[in-house]
Amino acid sequence: MLAARAAIEAVVRAEAGRVLAGLIAVLRDFDRAEDAFQEATAAALEHWPHDGIPARPAAWLATAARRKALDRLRHEAMRERRHQELAVLAGLERSASDDAEHAIPDERLRLVFTCCHPALSLEAQVALTLRTLGGLTTAEIANAFLVPEPTLARRLVRAKGKIREARIPYRVPDLAVLPERLESVLAVVYLIFNEGYAASSGASPLRRDLSTEAIRLARLVAALLPDEPEALGLLALLLLHDARRDARLAPDGTFVPLDEQERSRWNRTAIAEGLACVRRAAAMRRPGPYQTQAAISAVHAESASADATDWQTIAWLYANLERMQPSPVVALNRAVAVARATGPEGGLAILQSRRLAAVLADYQPYHCAHADLLRRAGRRKAAAAAYRRAIALARTDAERAHLERRLGEVAP
Amino acid sequence: MEYALLIYNDETIVPRMEPGERDELFAAYRAYSTALRESDSYRGSVKLGSTASATSVRARNGRALTTDGPFAETKEQLAGLFIVECENLDEALERAARLPGARLGTIEVRPIDFRG
Repeated sequence: MLAARAAIEAVVRAEAGRVLAGLIAVLRDFDRAEDAFQEATAAALEHWPHDGIPARPAAWLATAARRKALDRLRHEAMRERRHQELAVLAGLERSASDDAEHAIPDERLRLVFTCCHPALSLEAQVALTLRTLGGLTTAEIANAFLVPEPTLARRLVRAKGKIREARIPYRVPDLAVLPERLESVLAVVYLIFNEGYAASSGASPLRRDLSTEAIRLARLVAALLPDEPEALGLLALLLLHDARRDARLAPDGTFVPLDEQERSRWNRTAIAEGLACVRRAAAMRRPGPYQTQAAISAVHAESASADATDWQTIAWLYANLERMQPSPVVALNRAVAVARATGPEGGLAILQSRRLAAVLADYQPYHCAHADLLRRAGRRKAAAAAYRRAIALARTDAERAHLERRLGEVAP
Repeated sequence: MEYALLIYNDETIVPRMEPGERDELFAAYRAYSTALRESDSYRGSVKLGSTASATSVRARNGRALTTDGPFAETKEQLAGLFIVECENLDEALERAARLPGARLGTIEVRPIDFRG
């Protein structure tokens, strides 16, 4: 049976996180694990085209990688007689003698907590997670995040150095710190998603692939921690956002706001899965910010149109979110929902609070929302001033054109 | 593995404390080091004098250059340190978080490479 190179690469990539996690567990070293995995990949590319893709590719790769690592370590240990290496050898010899059919334990949960350890910088957490769990190459990550490859490579080297030298543990944290650590893991996955989601259609496909990668990671974390509703909440949130991916960009690549999106273009399969996750999480009765944001997305997903949306529920969900995670942007969103539910005045009362107006003075979406509510309230002069402020802060031509049209309506 | 827990505090805080408050802080430090000794992870501790008493020295071209004051003027100053034996960074971070000084300032956690 002949197997095409592309198919082999896809399989290797899909199994990379699992295999690497297992290797790091026995080798106790990220670099050794990566080297061994790379050699195993090379072996796969050599053998699989003739022999076919094995029934259990992860086990095949793990066994091959452990043998390669074993050879190397034996060599080094003989030369340097280093105790540490000899200790690792003992464990490795045991595990490498396992039959390839033997199920390999899933160590990815440990790996995710090590990669997203708060003792590492956020950039390093993201890079390390994509490199080890996502199986992306350094070049791919650098391209996706628009940083030079050497910068990203240095970031990874520094992070791995710190894991080794400060002895960041390779384990699932104790129950006492688990919620805090999980938060850090979820934040990394969310950041990866947003990085891809924010990319325009003109951007490199790699950037957009980050969203897909983030969903894969969210799925993994939710599956590994089935009793954590926030993990499920994040997965739901990403699926529901991603369902709107095609509808949110016009053919010319400009952004289409939620209100104006063609809802028939939303991905119903992703929505169905997202809604199911929201419900499963809610049944655990431990609400959190990701679940709440997912619930907001769920209300939108279930509405036939912007006008038919249950804005009352959305306003209530935003109020909950604001209590859990106070932020001016959440307050802004709540104001918009309140305005949709009860009329512009209710929204303006929130927007015009002195504190919110001051913090968001340079935040363009604030002025857009403010202008729209003033226009709907019939306060044309104030609306015109707000539109002018929003136009001054606009980042794209399309956005500016849209706002100027609105300005023309209130100040002809 | 040994870690240094470096205690950085605004050194003007403690002298300005009410006597009762200060006694509480010192009692908390005593309780902390007793607990460390009991768990057999205590390897030593140091309390430094204030930066007002510090002198900095640099040897250049065979000459010692001496200046009044600490190495750097900062908002929080190194006030002392604990040396603890821990399994890994998580354990060290947990011990650092429980230091009374963590509530007042910042604890920097550094692995110890070598100790004489």
